[in-house]
Amino acid sequence: MARVLPVVTVVAAIVVFWYAATVWLNAAWTRDQAARAGLSVTFAEVVADTMAQERPVLPAPHQVAAELWKSTVAEEVFSRRGIVQSGTLSNRSLIYHAWVTLSATLVGFAIGTVAGILLAVGIVHNRAMDLSVMPWAIASQTIPILAIAPMIIVVLNSLGVSGLIPKAIISAYLSFFPVVVGMVKGLRSPEPAQLDLLRTYNASAFQTLRKLRLPASLPFLFASLKVGIAASLVGAIVGELPTGAVAGIGARLLTGSYYGQTVQIWAALFAAAIVAAALVGTVGAIERRTLRAMGLLR
Amino acid sequence: MTWVAGAMAFWLAAWVLNARLAAGRLSRHPVGRLAIPALFGITLLVVWEGLVRGFSVPAAILPPPSAIAARIAVSGPVLWGDFVQTFVKGALTGYAIGCSAAILTALAVDRSPFLTRGLLPVGSFLAALPIVGIAPIMVMWFGFDWQSKAAVVVAMVFFPVLVNTVAGLQAAEPMQRDLMRTYGASYRQTLAKLRLPAAMPFIFNGLKIATTLALIGAIVAEFFGSPIRGMGFRISTEVGRLALDMVWAEIAVAALAGSAFYGAVALAERAVTFWHPSQRGR
Repeated sequence: MARVLPVVTVVAAIVVFWYAATVWLNAAWTRDQAARAGLSVTFAEVVADTMAQERPVLPAPHQVAAELWKSTVAEEVFSRRGIVQSGTLSNRSLIYHAWVTLSATLVGFAIGTVAGILLAVGIVHNRAMDLSVMPWAIASQTIPILAIAPMIIVVLNSLGVSGLIPKAIISAYLSFFPVVVGMVKGLRSPEPAQLDLLRTYNASAFQTLRKLRLPASLPFLFASLKVGIAASLVGAIVGELPTGAVAGIGARLLTGSYYGQTVQIWAALFAAAIVAAALVGTVGAIERRTLRAMGLLR
Repeated sequence: MTWVAGAMAFWLAAWVLNARLAAGRLSRHPVGRLAIPALFGITLLVVWEGLVRGFSVPAAILPPPSAIAARIAVSGPVLWGDFVQTFVKGALTGYAIGCSAAILTALAVDRSPFLTRGLLPVGSFLAALPIVGIAPIMVMWFGFDWQSKAAVVVAMVFFPVLVNTVAGLQAAEPMQRDLMRTYGASYRQTLAKLRLPAAMPFIFNGLKIATTLALIGAIVAEFFGSPIRGMGFRISTEVGRLALDMVWAEIAVAALAGSAFYGAVALAERAVTFWHPSQRGR
């Protein structure tokens, strides 16, 4: 209770602030409409109207929640009849769009993680590789890699590769470098005494890797995975922008911005947030279980 | 074919040289520390150039580095204009506003342990979300020019800096706080003399994370609409025209700006937190 109450308070404060901002930002439109109709509106009417506009500057939280409900539960996942039930611009549900983004994220994340771990193992075992690649891997963290996303999409499209793969490549690229940097740190984390012990056992480099370095690196790996999977999702969303709003959460953001559908944008944003929270939460749960099983968690 | 063969020969030679350098005594010297990654980078460029020319890859798919360098050389004013629009106006303004707002919020919340306990989990949750998605909303609210980009950057950098500052303000040990209390120090004095300095490594950690986020936010926000200049605008339109040498030139500028920005913050960190173990002994 001592931990939940402060969090609930902060969340409640955010919601209250949001409602206040809704009234403040949408009131101008309401007053404008009333002035054109030659009516005068009371404050209570203004407040009521700001909560229920069709294209508000800032939709109220309950409007976003309703849109989220309509576009996930009420809408068919794959509507073949072309009947748009939820009143949004897509006849496919947000679950479908979220899955398009999520699948690219997961494929890319898997590729990036495996490649990152392999490179980290190479870096730890080869001094030349360490000295030549590692500075670049660290420097690449300071670069806005996401800027190359449109280029990857368009170039691969002109080579005839489209759909999931280009987005997955961007996701892989974004999760790759955090994993490399974290894994190198982790593989180096065993103490010299532990490495010496394995040497007295006459363990080979591969045995040292398997029995000591890899288990010791797991806490570092999970920390990087959490950063990496969040970055992967952002990569997949941004990767959906240049193709011109075909499918996915990024496409929903783009169509929403084209047609001024603010409620749809916020719903897509919340869908992205839910997916991100689920992904990071899943990695965190696996981390806790694994580390507890290994006795690394207090 | 000679291009490919030449590139492969250069690669092998550089590999052997690098392996020698890494095994030798020079690798413990600062010069070697710089020379080895530099040689690796040059090798990548040479192999890239050789393969692109050798297999005559169309410039619309992958231009050779020489063409990109030539493009950078002739389009200096355009690149500079984009840099000013995106980095100086969009990213830097947003970074300054977002980071100071986050630090001030952290200081305001710091008085109440109750709020601190609530803000820390909520803030770290929000920091993990794809906040870039707020870009279309900000473009609607603040228009196409740099103000909307700065707003996206503010939203992106706010939470990482907030979480790190709040965590940092709790870093001073109870023993040290007790010492301040025995001196009869006021809240402000304790903050200025003990807790803020102790928080600096954390704050700078947040500030360094925020540098990359700021540039990403400013560039991606331009994909949702911008005036006819800016790095994100240039990238997305030149990609559409298949002028990939310009895109790569823009990416090179972004990479340079990103590392310089990070480097500047890291230098400031070294100046401010010279006493911290991670900064000593270098």
